[in-house]
Amino acid sequence: MDKDINMTDKEYSDYVDKKATNSPMLKHIIMAFLVGGFICVIGQLITNTFMHFGVPKDSATTITTIILIFIGAFLTSINVYSKIGKFAGAGSTIPITGFSNSVVAPAIEFKTEGYVLGLGANMFKIAGPVLVYGITSSVIIGFIYWLIKLFL
Amino acid sequence: MDMIIELLKVFVTGGLICVIGQILIDKTKLTPARILVIFVTLGVVFTFLGIYAPIVEFGKSGATVPISGFGYSLAKGVMQEVDQIGFLGIFTGGVKACSAGISAAIIFGFLAALFAKPTIK
Repeated sequence: MDKDINMTDKEYSDYVDKKATNSPMLKHIIMAFLVGGFICVIGQLITNTFMHFGVPKDSATTITTIILIFIGAFLTSINVYSKIGKFAGAGSTIPITGFSNSVVAPAIEFKTEGYVLGLGANMFKIAGPVLVYGITSSVIIGFIYWLIKLFL
Repeated sequence: MDMIIELLKVFVTGGLICVIGQILIDKTKLTPARILVIFVTLGVVFTFLGIYAPIVEFGKSGATVPISGFGYSLAKGVMQEVDQIGFLGIFTGGVKACSAGISAAIIFGFLAALFAKPTIK
């Protein structure tokens, strides 16, 4: 084992690559498809239920987002979401529940460093970049859209 | 029967969007954080180009629940608001459309973190 510890960066990188290519990609893809699809179906069922009781479509979609974020946060706090993530991969990362997980997981982890600079600051460690790039790109396309409307 | 077909479309659309993410993770070593950023940005751009709306039309929650749907809401909100109030809409439309999601993530995230015990790894 001593030899393993003394691996150079290059050797380690080769070792990781070897392990990584051995991982069954097809299995990852199937799991991502099944879990990701399943979470979206739950979302649709929530939306349909609210629409069934006369809630307008836009509000029903918003309520669905809120409920899914709640579910993601709850499952993260009881340590279940990370277990789903182990076999679902992107299937649990990409849905909005994964966004919620990305907010809650670092918040829990850094809670010990205090409520302001630990919990508060680290909450948006991953979700922050999502908001930065999402909002930035939306303002840019908003500006382009405004320009187009101005000249057409 | 209509409902089953609807849910099947949702399932396939949502599943396929996640599969694209999974392939990117497996093939490019991109971290999940980068995948989320790429998907939300692509959601915004594709909505602007008029590509994402037909996907939402077809796949409903299958296209709105993935994080690219967050980008869709941002872009749709901005364009609607520019239509309604003009220039100022560039700054107000996006976040306004996503305000519920952002607020929910903050409050539920805060509460969940408050009550959960940090796990020792």
